[in-house]
Amino acid sequence: MKTVITISGNTIDSPLDPRFGRAAAFCLVDSETGEWTVYENPALSASGGAGVQAAQLLTKLGAQAVISGAYGPNAVEALSSAGIEMYLAPAGKPLTAAQVLALFQAGKLGKAETATHAGHRGDGH
Amino acid sequence: MRIVVASGKGGTGKTTVATSLALAAAEQVAVRVLDCDVEAPNAALFLHPTLNQRKEVGILLPVVDETKCTYCGKCAEVCEFHAIAVIGKKTLVFPELCHGCGSCTLNCPEKAIRERLDVMGILESGPTPGGIDFARGVMNVGEPMAVPIIRELKKWKPMSLRAAAGRATESIEIKRQSNPLIDEGIASGESAPRTSSPHGNDIIEIRDAPPGASCPVVETMRGADFALLVTEPTPFGLHDLKLVAEIARELGIPAGVVVNRDGIGDNAVEAWCAEAGLPILMRIPMERRFAEAIASGQTLVEAAPEYREKFSALLSRIQKQVEGEMI
Repeated sequence: MKTVITISGNTIDSPLDPRFGRAAAFCLVDSETGEWTVYENPALSASGGAGVQAAQLLTKLGAQAVISGAYGPNAVEALSSAGIEMYLAPAGKPLTAAQVLALFQAGKLGKAETATHAGHRGDGH
Repeated sequence: MRIVVASGKGGTGKTTVATSLALAAAEQVAVRVLDCDVEAPNAALFLHPTLNQRKEVGILLPVVDETKCTYCGKCAEVCEFHAIAVIGKKTLVFPELCHGCGSCTLNCPEKAIRERLDVMGILESGPTPGGIDFARGVMNVGEPMAVPIIRELKKWKPMSLRAAAGRATESIEIKRQSNPLIDEGIASGESAPRTSSPHGNDIIEIRDAPPGASCPVVETMRGADFALLVTEPTPFGLHDLKLVAEIARELGIPAGVVVNRDGIGDNAVEAWCAEAGLPILMRIPMERRFAEAIASGQTLVEAAPEYREKFSALLSRIQKQVEGEMI
């Protein structure tokens, strides 16, 4: 199974980045082989629609699940359509991607069924 | 000639200046007032137009025909705003991200995208008792983008007011003429040639801008011949004056300043204007009687008739400055 964790660095030992669309990078882990690869987030500096763009990247990577701290409404719609399951990392704890992955594999992470916050657009631009 | 009244900071007196300038100008020439503050248009409270024409406006959103779509992803690739995404065997449209540019429709190799008008607000127009041709945009509550409404308001050419008087209001669907994103860069608002002679019998268009210094203000200013920047002599007034003066400079629009509530605050606005080469064209002192009159719905020229002459002189100075720029 291919799982993506949003991270703020460039290895599996980097801290989790709690934002989905605006995460610094995505760590793709293949649970069968344990191999991981880090992809920079192309949507990091997008003026809007970061969640949609990030979801498209995850689709291309063939991810089946994603772990992050928060998902916006557009990200949820895109990820759901793609059939990618969204999991929530524990809030307020400084965990690395590897630690988050361990919790996930132990079945200790909950699913995000709806957006965790409102969209970021709509500020008059 | 098109004059934009802008300020950056809210509550500095844009509408006070715009309405009195319009009334003073209307004694000499034909005047058109556009209330471009579509989130909170309030110039009508002072000018009392009879709004007898109405038009729904918005942007054109893509609608994907799933029977023709091959999920090639071209639409998502060309969308600057990530408002359309192709995920597996689904093409998703995110209306609140869409700017209505039409790139997806234009680039779809299967012609699988058609467009529907997403109504974001209305335009209203009508004459004022003083003979001013008045129009405004009113954005629907909850809409995030004011720019499309302002863009349509600037382009709107309502039927001759007399001919329309008494007629039922109508709703006209906007038609795409060309790509508005390209328009925005090179033609929007400038598609009509700039008036060649800024005085004489030409119509004077006065645009009351929204507050702030973001996209709606830029769209209001685009294509104008002059930016009249209303400020107050306070650090807040100066901070935002600098921002709007910079927008005018970027757009190549000559500008001048009106200092409202003169006498309060400090001298920093005056010092900065001197340094930046921005002329101070008028000063309106801080007086309780002005504030009371405006709060009761009167314009400045009605409350203080001596201001008719002052606003008339202001218009002449603006005309001279615009003429000077043209030479």
